Amino acid sequence: MQEILDILEQDALATPEKIGQLLKLPAEEVRRRVRQLEEDKVIVGYKTIIDDDKADRQLVKALIEVKITPERDGGFNHLAARIAKYAEVKTCYLMSGGYDLLVIVEGADLRQVATFVSEKLATISGVLSTATHFMLKAYKEQGTLYQLEQFEERLKVSP
Amino acid sequence: MSAAATDHSHVARHVRRIPRSGIRDFFDIVQSMSDVISLSIGEPDFVTPWHIREAAIYALEQGKTGYTSNLGTPALRRQIAAHVAARCGVQYDWQREILVSVGVSEALDMALRAIINPGDEVLYHEPCYVSYNPSIVLAHGVAVPITTHQSDNFTLRAADVERAITPRTRALMLNFPCNPTGAVLPRAEQEQIAALCVEHDLLVLTDEIYADLSYAGDLPSIVSVPGMRERTVYLNGFSKAYAMTGFRIGYACAPPELTEAMLRVHQYAMLCAPIVSQEAAAEALKNGAPAMRHMRDEYRRRRNFLMHHFNRLGLTCHEPQGAFYLFPNISATGLTSREFAVQLLEEKKVAAVPGDAFGPAGEGFVRCSYATAMEQLELAVERIADFVRGR
Repeated sequence: MQEILDILEQDALATPEKIGQLLKLPAEEVRRRVRQLEEDKVIVGYKTIIDDDKADRQLVKALIEVKITPERDGGFNHLAARIAKYAEVKTCYLMSGGYDLLVIVEGADLRQVATFVSEKLATISGVLSTATHFMLKAYKEQGTLYQLEQFEERLKVSP
Repeated sequence: MSAAATDHSHVARHVRRIPRSGIRDFFDIVQSMSDVISLSIGEPDFVTPWHIREAAIYALEQGKTGYTSNLGTPALRRQIAAHVAARCGVQYDWQREILVSVGVSEALDMALRAIINPGDEVLYHEPCYVSYNPSIVLAHGVAVPITTHQSDNFTLRAADVERAITPRTRALMLNFPCNPTGAVLPRAEQEQIAALCVEHDLLVLTDEIYADLSYAGDLPSIVSVPGMRERTVYLNGFSKAYAMTGFRIGYACAPPELTEAMLRVHQYAMLCAPIVSQEAAAEALKNGAPAMRHMRDEYRRRRNFLMHHFNRLGLTCHEPQGAFYLFPNISATGLTSREFAVQLLEEKKVAAVPGDAFGPAGEGFVRCSYATAMEQLELAVERIADFVRGR
C-alpha cells in the first residue's frame, strides 16, 4: 500500500497498469487497492500543482497568523474547523509557538484578501488577533521546485 | 610504415596491447546522433542529493582547499569504518586499514599494482566492468577471465574458479552486484570460493560499488566469511549509491600490510583524494541514507517495469538483484550484440551497450541501464517493441 501511495504522490496520473508493472502486481489488484485507499479516505483527493505565474493567474496569497481563544469543550478544534470552511482558506494548521492557527488564504487581489481578513476572519468571536503576510514568490510547492535545476546533458554512453 | 609495426613506437608494448574500449567505439556513434534515448549510461540519472552538494559548497566556503592526509580525512575514514562494520559485520581500523581513493577505479588500480608481480595471473569473471582486464594488464599481470552464464543468473561458480586456478594465480577479482549483469553472489558460493582462496593462498579484490543498490535486502560480503578478512581488499565508493559519480570518491579497506602497500602507490600517483569531495562523502555517510533508499526504490520499480516489457517482447533476462542494469538475451532476433545495438540505434534511436563490450562472454546480450527517467524508459520500450517486431 505504501508504495502505491509513494507513486501516486509523485504522479497522480499513474495508471493502475503502469503501477502494476512497477510493483509486479496485476493491474486489477492495483485498481482494487487504490479504490480501498480512496474509500478509507487515505487518499483524500487528486490535485494538480500549477505555477500560477505561468498560467497567468493573478492570485494573491497570504499567510495569516491567527490567535484564538480555546473553548472549554473541544479546545481549538471547533473554531479552527469554522475558519477552515471558508472557500478563501486553502490551508489551515494548528501550531505550537507564538500563535495558534496558520491560515493560508487566496484571493483575486490584495483588496479581496484584506477584506476577507478584516471582515470575516477577524470578526469571528474567539479570534483575538491576526497578522497577515503576503506571499511574494513561490520557489517550491508540495515538494516540487518551480524552477527546475538546469544541468548540462549527461554523457550518452558511459561504462 | 606505422610505428607500431616496426616496434619503434614511443608507447609501451603492454599499453599497445590493450584494445580500445568497445564502449568508446559505441560512444562515438551515439554522440554523432541527436534525439537519442540512452540506456547506455552507467551512472545514476539523479543529481547528487542537495544536502551533499551543500556540504561541498560549505567546505569551499570554509576554505577547505588543501591536501589531506594521503589516506583521506580522519572524519571520513572513521565514518567509512562504521559504515563497513554495519554493512558487512567486519571491523577495520580507520588509522591503518582504510584508504580513500579517487573513485573505486583508482582503488582497483592501486590494489592491483600493489600486489601483482609481472606475470602473475589474476582471475575475474566475465561479462564484467570494462576496466578489469586492462587494469590487470597495466599492472603487468595476466588477466584470466572466468565466464559466467545466463543459466546461472550470471553468478560465479566456485567450480569454475577452481578450474581456472594455476600455480601462478595471485588474486581473484569479484564485482557483485555486477555491472553489466546485475548478478549477485549467494552466500553458499561465497563460502566455497573463500575456501578455494584459502587453499590456494589467493587474495580477493571485491568491488562492491553496487552493494547499497541491492533489491534483495542487505547482501552479505565475501569479506565476512571467516578467514577472508586477512586476504581481502574490500572496495566501495559513493558514485552509485549516492549519485556522486563526478565527485570521484571511493575507498579500499584491507589489512595493514596491504593498505600500506596501496598507500605507496596512491601517495605518489594521486597524493590524496580531493578534499571537497571527501567532505561531501562524509556528509553522504552521515545523513544520506534516506535519499539513497529513495533512489534505490525508484530503481527497483524501473527494473520491474523494464523487465515486464522485455519479457513480453521475448528478450529474456534474469531478474537482476542489484545495480541498475538489465542484461537481456537478444539472440532470438538472430542478430549479434553489435548488430542489435547499432541497428536499434540507427533505426529507433535507442542506445544500449552491446554485450561484447564487457568481454566475449557478453556476446548475445545488450546492457540496458534503468538509471534513466521513467518517461524515457516508457518511450524506449515502445521503440524497442517496434524494433523487435520488425525482426
